[in-house]
Amino acid sequence: MSEESKKPPAPSSASPEASGRFSRRWFLQGVALSAGTAVLPGEGLLGGSAFAAPQAPARIGPEPVQIALSVNGKDYQVKVEPRVTLLNALRNYLNLGTNTPIDLTGTKRVCDRGSCGSCTVILDGKTVYSCSVLAVECQGKKITTVEGVAEGNQPHPIQQAFVECDGLMCGFCTPGFIVSSKALLDRNPHPTPTEIRRALNGNICRCGTYNRVFQAVELASIRMKVKGG
Amino acid sequence: MKNFAYINAASEKAAIESMSDKALALAGGTNLLNLLKEYVLAPEALVNIKGIAGLNAIESFEGGLKIGANVTLSELLDHAEVRGRYPALHQALYDIGTPQIRNMSTLGGNLCARPHCWYYRYEYFDCKKRGGQGCAAIAGDNEFHAIFATDGPCVMIHPSSAGPALVVYGAKVKIAGPGGSRDAGIEEFFTLPAAAVARENVLKPNELVTHVLLPPPNGKSATYEVRHKESHDWPLAMASVALTMAGETAQEARICLGAVAPVPWRAAAAEAALKGKVVNETTAGEAAQKAAEGAKPLSGNKYKVQLVRTAVKRAILAAATGRRV
Repeated sequence: MSEESKKPPAPSSASPEASGRFSRRWFLQGVALSAGTAVLPGEGLLGGSAFAAPQAPARIGPEPVQIALSVNGKDYQVKVEPRVTLLNALRNYLNLGTNTPIDLTGTKRVCDRGSCGSCTVILDGKTVYSCSVLAVECQGKKITTVEGVAEGNQPHPIQQAFVECDGLMCGFCTPGFIVSSKALLDRNPHPTPTEIRRALNGNICRCGTYNRVFQAVELASIRMKVKGG
Repeated sequence: MKNFAYINAASEKAAIESMSDKALALAGGTNLLNLLKEYVLAPEALVNIKGIAGLNAIESFEGGLKIGANVTLSELLDHAEVRGRYPALHQALYDIGTPQIRNMSTLGGNLCARPHCWYYRYEYFDCKKRGGQGCAAIAGDNEFHAIFATDGPCVMIHPSSAGPALVVYGAKVKIAGPGGSRDAGIEEFFTLPAAAVARENVLKPNELVTHVLLPPPNGKSATYEVRHKESHDWPLAMASVALTMAGETAQEARICLGAVAPVPWRAAAAEAALKGKVVNETTAGEAAQKAAEGAKPLSGNKYKVQLVRTAVKRAILAAATGRRV
């Protein structure tokens, strides 16, 4: 909420053209930026602040601090206040202020209270609610989001199975379910139906598509077994 | 949430030196960050204690276990000795929250968690725990509140599910503070609101739970929990039971209730009723009746009295038979 509204606008050097990518999110931000430029204070452009080498001082903040996050095998520069959650950092702060900003918005913000599971990420091999972890706690840890589940351009078997089994209706909970399912199959490639239900009971689907989700995990498990997983 | 400074404590000493009533310890974060987001708490700093060496191990200790405060609930559930020798603890932890919450939450955090009373957590209601004059729960929606010790200033239920199991095992809590380290019995660790309404345990602002010491189990044990939903729910009532058996007779019984009082609630009358008796449906039922004696439910939670009886009876039978009832 308040952290999101405090987010500085994207620097002009971070335009989709400059970074060679285009998304609906950047388009909308660009529209907002050009409409609001006249009244924006100049400090919003981050003034070319050089990134210092990340240190681990005893006490940091409350002002924004420079940290590095390792997300899906890539290192990102992040400048955040200590109160910024990992969820918020992933969605709004990755490489902000550099020439290669990126929003990993697959991780969804729904309840923001550690109750719904839509913000699930894998942190050092374990699923956690990224809304309930501070970004500054995650330095040096390995973070996997839904964007990191696929193998290159090939969907992970669990993603393919969600498509084929119609494991979603509105789809907003799906990234969380995919991440939780992947963590389950990594740990236990051939789970029983009970184990599937137990592993996914930290994720809520308000459309109520649970049966299709469970079917998708079973299908992915069978396919991975056939492939020798 | 209000902004705060962040201190990553590398040692117990560094954590203790940094901690105060304005600089709170951060462990799993599942409890604390929600309180910050709701503006119930607004500390100037958080002290991350998860990086402290030595607080994330489960070790053998005097025939029992020494569990670091930063051990997560998932790690405890995966530990063969916890599962095999301390079934009451294993069963109490088994369905806490969700897989994600169990991956994040720590044992120390479970013992020190703040209450989930919805009036405490909503800043616009009067709450003595937050420094107010009255308690909105007494005249309000109190179906999930206490039925024991309801004549005190606060009718919260203690949120720890591990607490009752640790009580029946006679665990100790190792507390580190500026003057060194001390051990507190688990029952002395939790305090009633009448003693100090703003807190739930004996910890001073610059003290830290570092370990839980579990003595070797002395017999059979089990936990039974009543709740609405299979997953992601709080218990409505729970009971942990430890029995020292001679054949089918209970030589000693320890029974502790959870989710019905501001502290894990020892059911001494039920223990006395079971002691020396052959454990069966009848004696377990008689002890269960005793467990609910002295309950003074609020306007909306009389139903919990029967849940206490059910939980105690089933926990006794589960402990004696080794089967889930």
